[in-house]
Amino acid sequence: MDLPRYHRLTAPYYRLEGQRCAVCGAVQFPPRSACGACRGLDLGIHRFSGRGTVFSYAEVAQAPKGFSGPYMVALVELEEGVRVTAQLTDVEPEDVEIGMPVEMVTRRIQEKGPQGYLVYGYKFRPVLEVRKAS
Amino acid sequence: MRPNREVGIAGYGAYVPRLRVRTADISNAWRSRSAAAPAVAEKSVPGPDEDVVTMAIEAARTALDRAGTDLDDIGAVWVGTESKPYAVKPSATIVAEALGITPHVVAADMEFACKAGSEAMQAAVAFVGSGMVEAALAIGMDTAQSKPGDALEYTAGCGGAAYLFCDASKAIAVVEASISHVTDTPDFFRREAAHYPEHGSRFTGEPSYFRHTLAASRKLLAEVGFEAKDFAHAVFHQPVPKFVEKAAAELGFSREQYKTGLVAPRMGNAYAGSSLLGLAAVLDVAKPGQRIFFCSYGSGAGSDAFCFRVTERIDERRRGATVLNYLDRRRVVDGYGQYLRLRGKIRRA
Amino acid sequence: MNDIFIIGAGQTPVAEHWDRGLRELGATAIRKAMADAGVETVDALFVGNMLGGAVNGQENLGALLADAADLLPAEAWKVEAACASGGAAVRAAAMSVAAGIHQVVVAIGIEKMTDAVGDKVAAGLATASDGDYEASHGLSFVALSALMMRRYMHEMSVSREDFAPFAVNAHKNAALNANAMFREPISAETFARSPLVAAPIGVLDAAPVCDGAAAVVICSREFLRGHHRPVRIAAAAGATDTIGLAGRPDLLTLGVAKVSAEKAYAASGFGPKDIDFFEAHDAFTIITAMSLEACGFAPRGEALKRAAHGCFGTGGCVPVSTFGGLKARGHPVGASGAYQIVEATTQLRGEAGPNQVPGARVALTQSIGGHGSIAVAHILEA
Repeated sequence: MDLPRYHRLTAPYYRLEGQRCAVCGAVQFPPRSACGACRGLDLGIHRFSGRGTVFSYAEVAQAPKGFSGPYMVALVELEEGVRVTAQLTDVEPEDVEIGMPVEMVTRRIQEKGPQGYLVYGYKFRPVLEVRKAS
Repeated sequence: MRPNREVGIAGYGAYVPRLRVRTADISNAWRSRSAAAPAVAEKSVPGPDEDVVTMAIEAARTALDRAGTDLDDIGAVWVGTESKPYAVKPSATIVAEALGITPHVVAADMEFACKAGSEAMQAAVAFVGSGMVEAALAIGMDTAQSKPGDALEYTAGCGGAAYLFCDASKAIAVVEASISHVTDTPDFFRREAAHYPEHGSRFTGEPSYFRHTLAASRKLLAEVGFEAKDFAHAVFHQPVPKFVEKAAAELGFSREQYKTGLVAPRMGNAYAGSSLLGLAAVLDVAKPGQRIFFCSYGSGAGSDAFCFRVTERIDERRRGATVLNYLDRRRVVDGYGQYLRLRGKIRRA
Repeated sequence: MNDIFIIGAGQTPVAEHWDRGLRELGATAIRKAMADAGVETVDALFVGNMLGGAVNGQENLGALLADAADLLPAEAWKVEAACASGGAAVRAAAMSVAAGIHQVVVAIGIEKMTDAVGDKVAAGLATASDGDYEASHGLSFVALSALMMRRYMHEMSVSREDFAPFAVNAHKNAALNANAMFREPISAETFARSPLVAAPIGVLDAAPVCDGAAAVVICSREFLRGHHRPVRIAAAAGATDTIGLAGRPDLLTLGVAKVSAEKAYAASGFGPKDIDFFEAHDAFTIITAMSLEACGFAPRGEALKRAAHGCFGTGGCVPVSTFGGLKARGHPVGASGAYQIVEATTQLRGEAGPNQVPGARVALTQSIGGHGSIAVAHILEA
């Protein structure tokens, strides 16, 4: 069981947490040892809003072990300018297009078998339509 | 029961999955074409990547966003459910981590069949009311299983809601009183190794749902000194719409009063999430000054009854998805086979 | 890189070698290369391989193959650079000779993918991607290429069918190569109609699971003898880029291809115009297109246009995948980079038979790992 590996990834997986450079202001995801833009070492936590658009997408017809397919995957461009690879969810394949607005949700990413542990993390779905109740 | 200081709801959030299965498709698999129509036309189904944890996280995020509470002030989180992803390993800690409120929180999962969510509400009221914490999160959420072809398969839906409780001075709805009424009544249960629950047929009616719901409701009304007509809304646990209609009639609530909180016709019975979803639907439209009557029911058995009074703060905190937004977001699955696969009732060997 | 020469080349066919394991494939290729070079011993062995651990349950391939090929007690170790492992092994071997540490060495690229059935191979290939942010999110190897292809099609306004020339050309050349996995030509129509594995990637866009080993003997100028048919390694260069696609500044620029090629051009004094043929890393047609653009054979977004005009086929300005490439000769992943070197050597010696590029003098070979996270390029001269 490789659960220590996933435990280490809790902050980025559950909360889409990356970093913000105190020196140059750049944000980055995933977290790194230094700022990718200016190599500065003064990095604070930055929680990304989760809002973005689809930059590219593909369908995984044959899911790897531990995944339940078929499903869509995408390169999502977050509104902060950073890109993230992730699964898309709550959407039909024919409705996905480049540029469509999406938002982050926390879902089951992997199930290591019916008796195994669960990996939760970010996926993206079309923005939920919100209309005020009259 | 009343806590030492008055408490109320700071924010609330709901969740219902997107997928639906038509109960007619279930009926066609098992029954004759001339069988009576099922109690609800369709019920909600979790997607392949959803479970109580993921649903609770979304509902809780909405609640926290509406409340605007400082994360450091949230001192407790309970997830009430009978469909925990892990039989042993709390869902509440995963939710807490996702919200970013660890490590100084009391966290646990609760079980009392369909009233596990209101159970969490009682605990949240107590922790805040005692001054132990400034804010506490109570979640009721379920994706409960039902035996293929069994009566419950026609109604067992999924969804729920989250409630952040705080001091009354910041609340959108104040808790005026609550009571709990329980007995040992085994109308519906599931042994640890069993995948599906057992239920007591007609025993789940009068001796169970109605006896506890009515007793708890009457006790609460007596405690607060109000009558049914003093409430703008009434919310009950919703195993089937007929049970709500009958309980409401017995207590003197009209259809006008209970219709907003009756979500089951569009999604089935969300078990521990059912009454909490009904309450959320009411809060989506309730006006300042109105009173809300709430009574859950959980097999085993018991009821939690609450009396809420809506404050002027409610209008400014109602951003984000409503229960109706979730109910309107729907995609019907392609028949009973797809439903069985989604619910893990059939698996690749 | 002065005075480094390839004096021997050997390969096994690319196929599903059910009856041969790593030892047999490795020993066969090594002995063929050494026989071709006329040497009985070597100073060192460099083994390029990606999936030994994940698929075969066998690491420590330096020792395994030195033992199997009777090279003990020579220095030997495994070089790993995902699908560029073969190219990296050749690079490491050449480095050791260039540094004056060794006089004559063997570099082998070897892969035995068919030892595992089911999804173990896919899981092994996924280790080339970003484990924490791609593989663990269910991004299969094919899906990552599909993301690049979809975006390329969107930005350059091309369709799936426009990629056909690369697949058609590869299969045409493989049909003439006795060592190739696929021996049947295909048409553009077949390509267009092929089932999709991860839209827009079809079955005929992607290389198959297979086995193979290819080896070269590399030596210093002092080691050359009259009977050798040497091919000079004019330059070798490696480069890296972000491990995950999300971090690429421009998704459609294959930075590793550009940098490794530019370094090789600068070191050798040769430019794109001097290249007589290009053994590209054509694991997916999208990678072929982007490699051509990165190495200076077409402006950004124009590779498909030029391909449609026959620029990269037989008789074109820069023939590509002259023996079938990864696409049709086959892609035993860690071995492919070495197959490219063996094939380029054969071409430059004028021994390519029906696959011969007439008058070939200078070749560019490029081996890419991950989805353009690592690359090794070589320029060879007759």
